[in-house]
Amino acid sequence: MTPLTFSLRKAPDQRLDLSPLIERNLAGKTVAEIERIEVGTTRIRVAAGDVFRIREGDPDTIVIEGGSARFDRVGLGMTSGSIRVEGEVGVEAGRMMSGGQLTIRGDAGPFAGSGMRGGTLDIEGDAGERLGGPLSGETVGMSGGLLHVRGDAGPRAGDRLRRGFILIEGRAGAYAGSRMIAGTLAIGGQAADLPGYLMGRGTILLGRGATLFSPSFGDCGEHDLVAAQLLANYVAQASAKLARLLRRPLRRLAGDLAALGKGEILLPHAQ
Amino acid sequence: MPELTVNGIAIDDTFAEAFDMRATAIVITAATERWAAQAAETMTGFATSVIGCGCEAAAESVRSPQQTPDGRPGVRVLLFAVSTAELQKQLQNRVGQCVLTSPGSACYAGLDSGEDKLKLGDAIRFFGDGWQIAKRLGARRYWRVPVMDGEFVCESTTYLTKKAVGGGNLIVMGESSAKTLAATEAAVKAMHEVADVIMPFPGGIARSGSKVGSKYNGASASTNDLYCPTLKGAVDSALSPEIASVLEIVIDGLTSEAVAQAMRAGLAAIIELGPERGALRVGAGNYGGKLGRHHYHLKDLVR
Repeated sequence: MTPLTFSLRKAPDQRLDLSPLIERNLAGKTVAEIERIEVGTTRIRVAAGDVFRIREGDPDTIVIEGGSARFDRVGLGMTSGSIRVEGEVGVEAGRMMSGGQLTIRGDAGPFAGSGMRGGTLDIEGDAGERLGGPLSGETVGMSGGLLHVRGDAGPRAGDRLRRGFILIEGRAGAYAGSRMIAGTLAIGGQAADLPGYLMGRGTILLGRGATLFSPSFGDCGEHDLVAAQLLANYVAQASAKLARLLRRPLRRLAGDLAALGKGEILLPHAQ
Repeated sequence: MPELTVNGIAIDDTFAEAFDMRATAIVITAATERWAAQAAETMTGFATSVIGCGCEAAAESVRSPQQTPDGRPGVRVLLFAVSTAELQKQLQNRVGQCVLTSPGSACYAGLDSGEDKLKLGDAIRFFGDGWQIAKRLGARRYWRVPVMDGEFVCESTTYLTKKAVGGGNLIVMGESSAKTLAATEAAVKAMHEVADVIMPFPGGIARSGSKVGSKYNGASASTNDLYCPTLKGAVDSALSPEIASVLEIVIDGLTSEAVAQAMRAGLAAIIELGPERGALRVGAGNYGGKLGRHHYHLKDLVR
Protein backbone atom coordinates (compact mmCIF):
# COMPACT_ATOMS: atom_id res chain seq x y z
CA MET A 1 0.00 0.00 0.00
CA THR A 2 1.54 3.31 -1.10
CA PRO A 3 1.39 5.95 1.62
CA LEU A 4 0.05 9.43 0.99
CA THR A 5 3.25 11.44 1.28
CA PHE A 6 3.82 15.09 2.13
CA SER A 7 7.40 16.20 1.41
CA LEU A 8 8.44 19.51 2.93
CA ARG A 9 9.49 21.97 0.19
CA LYS A 10 11.31 24.40 2.52
CA ALA A 11 11.21 25.45 6.18
CA PRO A 12 7.81 27.10 6.79
CA ASP A 13 7.61 30.88 7.26
CA GLN A 14 4.90 30.66 9.91
CA ARG A 15 3.49 28.14 12.39
CA LEU A 16 1.35 25.59 10.58
CA ASP A 17 -1.83 23.92 11.80
CA LEU A 18 -1.54 20.44 10.28
CA SER A 19 -4.64 19.07 12.00
CA PRO A 20 -6.59 18.79 8.69
CA LEU A 21 -4.08 16.23 7.42
CA ILE A 22 -5.73 13.15 8.93
CA GLU A 23 -7.35 10.19 7.22
CA ARG A 24 -10.91 11.25 8.02
CA ASN A 25 -10.37 14.56 6.20
CA LEU A 26 -8.38 13.29 3.26
CA ALA A 27 -10.28 10.16 2.25
CA GLY A 28 -11.77 10.55 -1.21
CA LYS A 29 -9.88 13.75 -2.01
CA THR A 30 -7.63 14.17 -5.07
CA VAL A 31 -4.10 15.46 -4.70
CA ALA A 32 -5.26 18.78 -6.16
CA GLU A 33 -7.97 19.07 -3.51
CA ILE A 34 -5.54 18.19 -0.73
CA GLU A 35 -3.09 20.81 -2.02
CA ARG A 36 -5.75 23.48 -1.50
CA ILE A 37 -6.32 22.66 2.22
CA GLU A 38 -5.46 25.68 4.38
CA VAL A 39 -2.76 25.00 6.97
CA GLY A 40 -1.61 28.54 7.79
CA THR A 41 -2.10 30.30 11.12
CA THR A 42 -1.46 33.95 10.20
CA ARG A 43 -3.05 36.49 7.89
CA ILE A 44 -0.81 35.22 5.13
CA ARG A 45 -2.70 32.27 3.69
CA VAL A 46 -0.82 29.03 3.26
CA ALA A 47 -2.18 25.89 1.63
CA ALA A 48 -0.81 22.36 1.99
CA GLY A 49 0.45 22.47 -1.58
CA ASP A 50 2.55 25.58 -0.79
CA VAL A 51 4.41 23.77 1.98
CA PHE A 52 4.49 20.19 0.75
CA ARG A 53 5.07 18.30 -2.42
CA ILE A 54 2.23 15.76 -2.22
CA ARG A 55 2.46 12.26 -3.66
CA GLU A 56 -0.75 10.31 -4.13
CA GLY A 57 -1.36 7.35 -1.85
CA ASP A 58 -3.64 5.76 0.69
CA PRO A 59 -4.71 8.38 3.27
CA ASP A 60 -4.88 5.56 5.83
CA THR A 61 -1.07 5.69 5.81
CA ILE A 62 0.28 9.21 5.84
CA VAL A 63 3.99 10.08 5.78
CA ILE A 64 5.24 13.60 6.37
CA GLU A 65 8.81 13.89 5.13
CA GLY A 66 10.87 16.58 6.83
CA GLY A 67 9.89 17.90 10.21
CA SER A 68 9.74 21.33 11.75
CA ALA A 69 9.13 22.73 15.20
CA ARG A 70 6.46 24.78 13.44
CA PHE A 71 4.38 21.68 12.55
CA ASP A 72 1.59 22.09 15.11
CA ARG A 73 -1.34 19.80 15.85
CA VAL A 74 -0.15 16.89 13.75
CA GLY A 75 -2.69 14.08 14.01
CA LEU A 76 -5.08 16.11 16.15
CA GLY A 77 -8.25 14.10 16.70
CA MET A 78 -7.13 11.19 14.54
CA THR A 79 -9.23 8.07 14.98
CA SER A 80 -7.58 5.48 12.77
CA GLY A 81 -4.80 4.79 10.32
CA SER A 82 -1.22 5.86 10.77
CA ILE A 83 0.74 9.08 10.44
CA ARG A 84 4.53 9.11 10.48
CA VAL A 85 6.52 12.33 10.66
CA GLU A 86 10.14 11.97 9.58
CA GLY A 87 11.35 14.76 11.83
CA GLU A 88 10.33 17.03 14.69
CA VAL A 89 6.93 18.58 15.33
CA GLY A 90 5.54 21.54 17.27
CA VAL A 91 2.76 21.76 19.83
CA GLU A 92 -0.18 19.45 20.46
CA ALA A 93 0.92 16.49 18.33
CA GLY A 94 -1.72 13.76 18.65
CA ARG A 95 -3.93 15.91 20.85
CA MET A 96 -7.34 14.32 21.42
CA MET A 97 -6.49 11.34 19.23
CA SER A 98 -8.68 8.33 19.91
CA GLY A 99 -7.21 5.66 17.66
CA GLY A 100 -4.53 4.85 15.13
CA GLN A 101 -0.79 5.23 15.33
CA LEU A 102 1.10 8.52 15.27
CA THR A 103 4.87 8.26 15.04
CA ILE A 104 7.19 11.26 15.43
CA ARG A 105 10.73 10.47 14.33
CA GLY A 106 12.10 13.45 16.22
CA ASP A 107 11.25 15.78 19.09
CA ALA A 108 7.75 16.92 19.94
CA GLY A 109 6.77 20.26 21.44
CA PRO A 110 4.53 20.97 24.43
CA PHE A 111 1.19 19.21 24.96
CA ALA A 112 1.99 16.17 22.82
CA GLY A 113 -0.83 13.66 23.30
CA SER A 114 -2.84 16.23 25.20
CA GLY A 115 -6.17 14.71 26.17
CA MET A 116 -5.64 11.66 23.98
CA ARG A 117 -8.23 8.94 24.49
CA GLY A 118 -6.87 6.00 22.54
CA GLY A 119 -4.40 4.83 19.94
CA THR A 120 -0.63 5.02 20.15
CA LEU A 121 1.61 8.07 20.04
CA ASP A 122 5.27 7.23 19.62
CA ILE A 123 7.82 10.04 20.01
CA GLU A 124 11.31 8.88 19.13
CA GLY A 125 13.00 12.05 20.39
CA ASP A 126 12.21 14.23 23.38
CA ALA A 127 8.81 15.61 24.37
CA GLY A 128 8.08 19.13 25.59
CA GLU A 129 6.24 20.15 28.71
CA ARG A 130 2.84 18.85 29.82
CA LEU A 131 3.01 15.62 27.86
CA GLY A 132 -0.57 14.30 27.63
CA GLY A 133 -1.80 17.13 29.81
CA PRO A 134 -4.90 19.27 29.47
CA LEU A 135 -4.94 22.75 27.98
CA SER A 136 -5.99 25.68 30.15
CA GLY A 137 -9.59 25.33 31.22
CA GLU A 138 -9.73 21.58 30.67
CA THR A 139 -10.09 19.36 33.70
CA VAL A 140 -8.76 16.06 32.41
CA GLY A 141 -5.58 15.12 30.58
CA MET A 142 -4.91 11.91 28.72
CA SER A 143 -7.67 9.34 29.29
CA GLY A 144 -6.61 6.34 27.24
CA GLY A 145 -4.13 4.87 24.82
CA LEU A 146 -0.37 4.59 24.90
CA LEU A 147 2.06 7.50 24.77
CA HIS A 148 5.65 6.37 24.36
CA VAL A 149 8.60 8.79 24.48
CA ARG A 150 12.01 7.29 23.67
CA GLY A 151 13.89 10.36 24.92
CA ASP A 152 13.25 12.79 27.77
CA ALA A 153 10.06 14.63 28.68
CA GLY A 154 9.62 18.18 29.92
CA PRO A 155 7.97 19.38 33.12
CA ARG A 156 4.56 18.16 34.23
CA ALA A 157 4.49 15.05 32.05
CA GLY A 158 1.19 13.25 32.61
CA ASP A 159 -0.52 16.21 34.23
CA ARG A 160 -4.14 15.25 35.08
CA LEU A 161 -3.62 11.78 33.56
CA ARG A 162 -6.83 9.83 33.98
CA ARG A 163 -6.31 6.51 32.20
CA GLY A 164 -3.86 4.90 29.81
CA PHE A 165 -0.10 4.60 29.78
CA ILE A 166 2.65 7.16 29.41
CA LEU A 167 6.06 5.56 29.00
CA ILE A 168 9.15 7.78 29.08
CA GLU A 169 12.41 5.95 28.49
CA GLY A 170 14.58 8.88 29.52
CA ARG A 171 14.28 11.53 32.19
CA ALA A 172 11.30 13.68 33.14
CA GLY A 173 11.06 17.30 34.21
CA ALA A 174 9.65 18.66 37.44
CA TYR A 175 6.20 17.70 38.70
CA ALA A 176 5.94 14.52 36.61
CA GLY A 177 2.45 13.09 37.06
CA SER A 178 1.19 16.24 38.71
CA ARG A 179 -2.48 16.12 39.71
CA MET A 180 -2.83 12.61 38.29
CA ILE A 181 -6.37 11.26 38.50
CA ALA A 182 -5.36 7.66 37.71
CA GLY A 183 -3.49 5.75 34.98
CA THR A 184 0.15 4.79 34.75
CA LEU A 185 3.25 6.93 34.14
CA ALA A 186 6.56 5.09 33.83
CA ILE A 187 9.85 6.97 33.68
CA GLY A 188 13.04 5.03 32.98
CA GLY A 189 15.48 7.77 34.00
CA GLN A 190 15.49 10.22 36.85
CA ALA A 191 12.59 12.58 37.48
CA ALA A 192 13.21 16.17 38.52
CA ASP A 193 11.68 17.64 41.67
CA LEU A 194 8.36 16.59 43.17
CA PRO A 195 6.97 13.76 41.03
CA GLY A 196 3.32 12.93 41.71
CA TYR A 197 2.60 16.40 43.03
CA LEU A 198 -1.02 16.37 44.28
CA MET A 199 -1.80 13.08 42.54
CA GLY A 200 -5.03 11.43 43.66
CA ARG A 201 -4.76 7.93 42.24
CA GLY A 202 -2.60 6.15 39.70
CA THR A 203 0.88 4.69 39.45
CA ILE A 204 4.21 6.41 38.77
CA LEU A 205 7.27 4.23 38.19
CA LEU A 206 10.60 6.03 38.60
CA GLY A 207 13.50 3.97 37.28
CA ARG A 208 16.12 6.23 38.82
CA GLY A 209 14.21 8.06 41.51
CA ALA A 210 13.81 11.82 41.63
CA THR A 211 15.95 14.80 42.59
CA LEU A 212 13.45 15.68 45.33
CA PHE A 213 10.44 13.85 46.72
CA SER A 214 7.48 15.56 48.30
CA PRO A 215 7.27 14.92 52.07
CA SER A 216 3.58 14.20 51.51
CA PHE A 217 4.32 10.67 50.24
CA GLY A 218 4.41 7.85 52.81
CA ASP A 219 6.99 5.06 52.54
CA CYS A 220 5.17 1.71 52.47
CA GLY A 221 8.33 -0.40 52.18
CA GLU A 222 9.61 -2.78 49.52
CA HIS A 223 7.36 -5.46 48.02
CA ASP A 224 7.09 -8.11 45.33
CA LEU A 225 3.78 -7.04 43.84
CA VAL A 226 1.74 -9.43 41.69
CA ALA A 227 0.16 -6.38 40.06
CA ALA A 228 3.64 -5.23 38.98
CA GLN A 229 4.03 -8.47 36.99
CA LEU A 230 0.77 -7.74 35.16
CA LEU A 231 2.00 -4.20 34.50
CA ALA A 232 5.36 -5.51 33.33
CA ASN A 233 3.75 -7.94 30.88
CA TYR A 234 1.67 -5.12 29.46
CA VAL A 235 4.49 -2.57 29.30
CA ALA A 236 6.81 -5.15 27.71
CA GLN A 237 4.81 -4.88 24.50
CA ALA A 238 6.23 -1.36 24.09
CA SER A 239 9.36 -1.17 26.25
CA ALA A 240 11.48 -4.05 27.47
CA LYS A 241 13.58 -1.62 29.53
CA LEU A 242 10.66 -0.30 31.57
CA ALA A 243 9.19 -3.79 31.93
CA ARG A 244 12.46 -5.01 33.48
CA LEU A 245 12.24 -2.30 36.13
CA LEU A 246 8.81 -3.60 37.16
CA ARG A 247 10.09 -7.14 37.62
CA ARG A 248 12.33 -6.11 40.52
CA PRO A 249 11.17 -5.67 44.13
CA LEU A 250 9.52 -2.24 44.32
CA ARG A 251 9.52 0.34 47.09
CA ARG A 252 6.04 1.82 47.30
CA LEU A 253 5.44 5.42 48.26
CA ALA A 254 1.76 6.20 48.88
CA GLY A 255 0.46 9.64 48.06
CA ASP A 256 0.05 12.41 47.47
CA LEU A 257 -1.24 12.50 51.04
CA ALA A 258 -1.75 16.25 50.61
CA ALA A 259 -4.50 15.29 48.13
CA LEU A 260 -6.59 12.09 47.92
CA GLY A 261 -3.51 10.00 48.64
CA LYS A 262 -4.53 6.80 46.88
CA GLY A 263 -1.80 6.98 44.26
CA GLU A 264 1.64 5.43 44.38
CA ILE A 265 5.22 5.98 43.31
CA LEU A 266 7.10 2.74 42.68
CA LEU A 267 10.89 2.70 42.99
CA PRO A 268 12.71 -0.40 41.69
CA HIS A 269 15.24 -1.96 44.00
CA ALA A 270 18.72 -0.75 43.01
CA GLN A 271 20.76 -3.45 41.26
CA MET B 1 -30.44 -54.46 28.81
CA PRO B 2 -26.80 -55.00 27.76
CA GLU B 3 -26.55 -55.52 24.02
CA LEU B 4 -22.97 -54.60 23.39
CA THR B 5 -19.91 -56.22 24.92
CA VAL B 6 -16.48 -54.69 24.41
CA ASN B 7 -13.36 -56.35 25.80
CA GLY B 8 -15.58 -58.44 28.08
CA ILE B 9 -17.42 -55.43 29.49
CA ALA B 10 -21.15 -55.07 28.91
CA ILE B 11 -22.21 -51.66 27.64
CA ASP B 12 -25.88 -50.90 28.30
CA ASP B 13 -27.98 -49.77 25.37
CA THR B 14 -28.91 -46.58 27.14
CA PHE B 15 -27.98 -42.94 27.31
CA ALA B 16 -26.96 -40.25 29.76
CA GLU B 17 -29.42 -37.39 29.93
CA ALA B 18 -27.97 -33.95 30.62
CA PHE B 19 -29.21 -30.41 31.04
CA ASP B 20 -28.42 -26.89 29.93
CA MET B 21 -26.52 -24.96 32.59
CA ARG B 22 -24.82 -21.63 33.10
CA ALA B 23 -21.09 -21.85 33.69
CA THR B 24 -18.05 -19.72 34.27
CA ALA B 25 -14.35 -20.26 34.79
CA ILE B 26 -11.61 -18.59 36.78
CA VAL B 27 -7.87 -19.08 37.03
CA ILE B 28 -6.38 -18.97 40.51
CA THR B 29 -2.65 -18.36 40.85
CA ALA B 30 -0.33 -18.40 43.83
CA ALA B 31 3.38 -18.43 44.60
CA THR B 32 3.39 -22.22 44.30
CA GLU B 33 1.17 -24.75 42.57
CA ARG B 34 0.41 -26.27 45.97
CA TRP B 35 -1.20 -23.02 47.19
CA ALA B 36 -3.06 -22.40 43.94
CA ALA B 37 -4.46 -25.92 44.21
CA GLN B 38 -5.30 -25.34 47.87
CA ALA B 39 -7.39 -22.27 47.07
CA ALA B 40 -9.13 -24.13 44.24
CA GLU B 41 -9.84 -27.12 46.45
CA THR B 42 -11.19 -24.97 49.26
CA MET B 43 -13.56 -23.04 47.01
CA THR B 44 -14.88 -26.21 45.36
CA GLY B 45 -14.96 -28.56 48.35
CA PHE B 46 -18.68 -28.21 48.96
CA ALA B 47 -19.81 -27.94 45.35
CA THR B 48 -20.78 -31.45 44.31
CA SER B 49 -24.37 -30.88 43.27
CA VAL B 50 -26.65 -27.93 42.55
CA ILE B 51 -29.29 -29.68 44.65
CA GLY B 52 -27.64 -28.87 47.95
CA CYS B 53 -24.58 -26.75 47.19
CA GLY B 54 -25.94 -24.05 44.87
CA CYS B 55 -23.39 -24.91 42.22
CA GLU B 56 -21.18 -27.66 40.91
CA ALA B 57 -17.52 -26.74 40.77
CA ALA B 58 -14.08 -28.31 40.62
CA ALA B 59 -10.54 -27.74 39.44
CA GLU B 60 -10.35 -28.40 35.71
CA SER B 61 -6.64 -28.19 34.96
CA VAL B 62 -3.29 -27.01 36.24
CA ARG B 63 -1.83 -23.99 34.46
CA SER B 64 1.91 -23.52 34.05
CA PRO B 65 3.46 -20.11 34.84
CA GLN B 66 3.62 -19.48 31.08
CA GLN B 67 -0.16 -19.92 30.85
CA THR B 68 -1.20 -17.48 33.59
CA PRO B 69 -1.49 -13.69 33.46
CA ASP B 70 0.99 -13.09 36.30
CA GLY B 71 3.57 -15.74 35.43
CA ARG B 72 2.89 -17.86 38.52
CA PRO B 73 1.53 -21.41 38.69
CA GLY B 74 -2.24 -21.64 38.56
CA VAL B 75 -5.33 -23.79 38.56
CA ARG B 76 -8.40 -23.31 36.39
CA VAL B 77 -11.72 -23.81 38.16
CA LEU B 78 -15.10 -24.28 36.46
CA LEU B 79 -18.41 -23.44 38.16
CA PHE B 80 -21.86 -24.52 36.98
CA ALA B 81 -25.28 -23.38 38.21
CA VAL B 82 -28.85 -23.36 37.03
CA SER B 83 -29.22 -19.58 36.76
CA THR B 84 -27.05 -16.53 36.18
CA ALA B 85 -28.07 -15.04 39.53
CA GLU B 86 -27.14 -18.20 41.44
CA LEU B 87 -23.85 -18.50 39.56
CA GLN B 88 -22.98 -14.90 40.44
CA LYS B 89 -23.83 -15.49 44.11
CA GLN B 90 -21.82 -18.71 44.32
CA LEU B 91 -18.85 -17.19 42.49
CA GLN B 92 -18.50 -14.15 44.71
CA ASN B 93 -19.14 -16.04 47.95
CA ARG B 94 -16.66 -18.75 47.13
CA VAL B 95 -13.95 -16.44 45.78
CA GLY B 96 -14.51 -14.08 48.69
CA GLN B 97 -14.30 -16.73 51.38
CA CYS B 98 -11.87 -19.23 49.88
CA VAL B 99 -9.59 -17.52 47.34
CA LEU B 100 -9.23 -14.03 48.80
CA THR B 101 -8.30 -15.69 52.09
CA SER B 102 -5.72 -18.08 50.67
CA PRO B 103 -2.04 -17.03 51.06
CA GLY B 104 -0.55 -15.29 48.02
CA SER B 105 -3.53 -15.93 45.79
CA ALA B 106 -4.67 -13.97 42.74
CA CYS B 107 -7.72 -14.59 40.61
CA TYR B 108 -8.38 -14.05 36.90
CA ALA B 109 -11.09 -14.68 34.33
CA GLY B 110 -10.93 -18.24 33.02
CA LEU B 111 -13.15 -17.66 29.98
CA ASP B 112 -12.20 -15.16 27.26
CA SER B 113 -15.67 -14.88 25.77
CA GLY B 114 -19.27 -15.68 26.55
CA GLU B 115 -22.84 -14.43 26.35
CA ASP B 116 -22.58 -12.34 29.49
CA LYS B 117 -20.20 -11.21 32.21
CA LEU B 118 -20.11 -11.98 35.93
CA LYS B 119 -18.60 -9.75 38.59
CA LEU B 120 -15.38 -11.16 39.97
CA GLY B 121 -13.13 -8.48 41.48
CA ASP B 122 -15.97 -6.01 41.05
CA ALA B 123 -17.77 -7.93 43.81
CA ILE B 124 -14.73 -8.58 46.03
CA ARG B 125 -13.10 -5.14 45.88
CA PHE B 126 -15.19 -3.72 48.70
CA PHE B 127 -13.10 -5.78 51.12
CA GLY B 128 -10.44 -3.13 50.48
CA ASP B 129 -12.49 -0.61 52.47
CA GLY B 130 -11.52 2.20 50.11
CA TRP B 131 -7.85 1.21 49.75
CA GLN B 132 -8.52 -0.96 46.68
CA ILE B 133 -6.94 0.19 43.42
CA ALA B 134 -8.18 -0.52 39.89
CA LYS B 135 -5.72 -0.92 37.05
CA ARG B 136 -6.84 -1.21 33.44
CA LEU B 137 -4.40 -2.99 31.12
CA GLY B 138 -5.77 -2.96 27.56
CA ALA B 139 -9.16 -4.60 27.56
CA ARG B 140 -8.72 -6.09 31.02
CA ARG B 141 -9.25 -4.44 34.39
CA TYR B 142 -7.82 -5.64 37.64
CA TRP B 143 -8.45 -4.82 41.28
CA ARG B 144 -5.66 -4.68 43.81
CA VAL B 145 -7.03 -5.19 47.31
CA PRO B 146 -4.59 -4.69 50.21
CA VAL B 147 -4.44 -7.77 52.45
CA MET B 148 -2.15 -8.81 55.27
CA ASP B 149 0.38 -10.65 53.06
CA GLY B 150 0.46 -7.98 50.36
CA GLU B 151 -2.22 -7.50 47.74
CA PHE B 152 -5.03 -9.68 46.42
CA VAL B 153 -5.12 -9.12 42.65
CA CYS B 154 -8.43 -10.00 41.06
CA GLU B 155 -9.69 -9.39 37.54
CA SER B 156 -12.85 -7.27 37.57
CA THR B 157 -15.09 -9.64 35.63
CA THR B 158 -15.18 -13.05 34.03
CA TYR B 159 -17.39 -14.39 31.29
CA LEU B 160 -20.45 -16.60 31.54
CA THR B 161 -21.50 -19.22 29.00
CA LYS B 162 -25.07 -20.38 28.51
CA LYS B 163 -23.96 -23.29 26.33
CA ALA B 164 -22.76 -25.37 29.29
CA VAL B 165 -24.09 -28.85 29.98
CA GLY B 166 -24.47 -30.52 33.36
CA GLY B 167 -25.30 -34.10 34.19
CA GLY B 168 -23.36 -36.21 31.72
CA ASN B 169 -22.70 -39.48 33.53
CA LEU B 170 -21.43 -43.02 33.54
CA ILE B 171 -22.64 -45.72 35.93
CA VAL B 172 -19.84 -48.18 36.56
CA MET B 173 -20.73 -51.66 37.85
CA GLY B 174 -18.41 -54.35 39.11
CA GLU B 175 -18.18 -57.56 41.10
CA SER B 176 -16.42 -55.94 44.05
CA SER B 177 -15.99 -52.50 45.58
CA ALA B 178 -12.26 -52.53 44.87
CA LYS B 179 -12.59 -53.45 41.19
CA THR B 180 -15.44 -51.01 40.61
CA LEU B 181 -13.45 -48.24 42.25
CA ALA B 182 -10.36 -49.10 40.18
CA ALA B 183 -12.35 -48.85 36.94
CA THR B 184 -14.03 -45.62 37.99
CA GLU B 185 -10.73 -44.06 39.06
CA ALA B 186 -9.21 -44.98 35.69
CA ALA B 187 -12.15 -43.33 33.94
CA VAL B 188 -11.89 -40.13 36.00
CA LYS B 189 -8.17 -39.94 35.35
CA ALA B 190 -8.77 -40.18 31.60
CA MET B 191 -11.53 -37.59 31.78
CA HIS B 192 -9.18 -35.12 33.48
CA GLU B 193 -7.21 -35.04 30.24
CA VAL B 194 -10.23 -33.57 28.45
CA ALA B 195 -10.46 -29.77 28.47
CA ASP B 196 -13.49 -27.82 29.69
CA VAL B 197 -15.03 -30.53 31.88
CA ILE B 198 -15.20 -31.23 35.59
CA MET B 199 -16.34 -34.19 37.63
CA PRO B 200 -17.70 -32.38 40.72
CA PHE B 201 -18.14 -35.27 43.18
CA PRO B 202 -15.43 -36.38 45.64
CA GLY B 203 -12.44 -37.39 43.55
CA GLY B 204 -14.81 -37.21 40.58
CA ILE B 205 -16.88 -40.14 41.88
CA ALA B 206 -20.39 -40.39 43.42
CA ARG B 207 -21.39 -43.50 45.32
CA SER B 208 -24.86 -42.28 46.19
CA GLY B 209 -26.53 -41.90 42.83
CA SER B 210 -30.07 -40.61 43.24
CA LYS B 211 -33.48 -40.88 41.68
CA VAL B 212 -35.98 -38.05 41.45
CA GLY B 213 -38.45 -37.87 44.36
CA SER B 214 -38.83 -39.63 47.67
CA LYS B 215 -41.46 -41.27 49.82
CA TYR B 216 -40.81 -38.49 52.33
CA ASN B 217 -42.27 -35.03 51.90
CA GLY B 218 -39.69 -32.32 51.23
CA ALA B 219 -36.96 -34.54 49.80
CA SER B 220 -36.47 -33.86 46.10
CA ALA B 221 -34.15 -36.80 45.56
CA SER B 222 -33.47 -40.11 47.24
CA THR B 223 -31.29 -43.19 46.85
CA ASN B 224 -31.30 -44.90 43.47
CA ASP B 225 -32.63 -48.16 44.91
CA LEU B 226 -32.64 -49.92 41.54
CA TYR B 227 -28.84 -49.68 41.53
CA CYS B 228 -28.23 -50.48 45.22
CA PRO B 229 -26.62 -53.93 45.37
CA THR B 230 -27.90 -54.62 48.89
CA LEU B 231 -31.49 -54.28 47.60
CA LYS B 232 -31.05 -56.62 44.64
CA GLY B 233 -33.55 -59.11 46.02
CA ALA B 234 -35.98 -56.58 47.41
CA VAL B 235 -36.71 -54.29 44.45
CA ASP B 236 -37.01 -54.58 40.69
CA SER B 237 -33.26 -54.21 40.55
CA ALA B 238 -31.30 -53.05 37.54
CA LEU B 239 -28.42 -55.22 38.72
CA SER B 240 -27.65 -58.78 37.80
CA PRO B 241 -26.52 -61.16 40.57
CA GLU B 242 -22.77 -60.76 39.93
CA ILE B 243 -22.81 -56.98 40.48
CA ALA B 244 -21.79 -56.07 44.02
CA SER B 245 -20.81 -52.40 43.74
CA VAL B 246 -21.92 -49.42 41.63
CA LEU B 247 -20.26 -45.99 41.28
CA GLU B 248 -21.26 -43.00 39.19
CA ILE B 249 -19.24 -40.30 37.47
CA VAL B 250 -21.09 -37.04 36.84
CA ILE B 251 -19.63 -34.75 34.18
CA ASP B 252 -20.27 -31.04 33.65
CA GLY B 253 -18.81 -29.37 30.58
CA LEU B 254 -18.59 -25.92 29.08
CA THR B 255 -19.94 -27.44 25.85
CA SER B 256 -21.92 -30.54 24.95
CA GLU B 257 -19.03 -31.75 22.83
CA ALA B 258 -16.68 -31.57 25.83
CA VAL B 259 -19.06 -33.75 27.87
CA ALA B 260 -19.27 -36.30 25.06
CA GLN B 261 -15.50 -36.29 24.72
CA ALA B 262 -15.05 -36.90 28.45
CA MET B 263 -17.56 -39.77 28.45
CA ARG B 264 -15.77 -41.24 25.46
CA ALA B 265 -12.42 -41.02 27.27
CA GLY B 266 -13.87 -42.54 30.45
CA LEU B 267 -15.45 -45.44 28.62
CA ALA B 268 -12.23 -46.13 26.77
CA ALA B 269 -10.29 -46.25 30.04
CA ILE B 270 -12.78 -48.64 31.65
CA ILE B 271 -12.73 -50.90 28.59
CA GLU B 272 -8.94 -50.86 28.48
CA LEU B 273 -8.67 -51.89 32.14
CA GLY B 274 -10.91 -54.89 31.39
CA PRO B 275 -13.27 -56.99 33.54
CA GLU B 276 -10.55 -58.91 35.40
CA ARG B 277 -9.23 -55.80 37.14
CA GLY B 278 -12.15 -53.43 36.71
CA ALA B 279 -15.81 -53.20 35.80
CA LEU B 280 -18.18 -55.81 34.39
CA ARG B 281 -20.75 -53.41 33.04
CA VAL B 282 -21.26 -49.71 32.27
CA GLY B 283 -24.58 -47.91 32.17
CA ALA B 284 -25.83 -44.34 32.28
CA GLY B 285 -28.54 -42.39 34.06
CA ASN B 286 -31.51 -40.75 32.41
CA TYR B 287 -35.07 -39.68 33.04
CA GLY B 288 -36.62 -41.23 29.98
CA GLY B 289 -35.24 -38.49 27.80
CA LYS B 290 -37.98 -36.01 28.62
CA LEU B 291 -36.20 -33.67 31.05
CA GLY B 292 -32.80 -33.01 29.54
CA ARG B 293 -32.09 -31.82 26.02
CA HIS B 294 -28.70 -33.56 25.75
CA HIS B 295 -28.60 -37.32 25.27
CA TYR B 296 -25.33 -39.24 25.13
CA HIS B 297 -25.85 -42.80 23.90
CA LEU B 298 -23.16 -45.13 25.19
CA LYS B 299 -23.12 -47.20 22.02
CA ASP B 300 -22.18 -44.07 20.04
CA LEU B 301 -19.36 -43.30 22.44
CA VAL B 302 -17.57 -46.66 22.32
CA ARG B 303 -17.38 -46.76 18.54
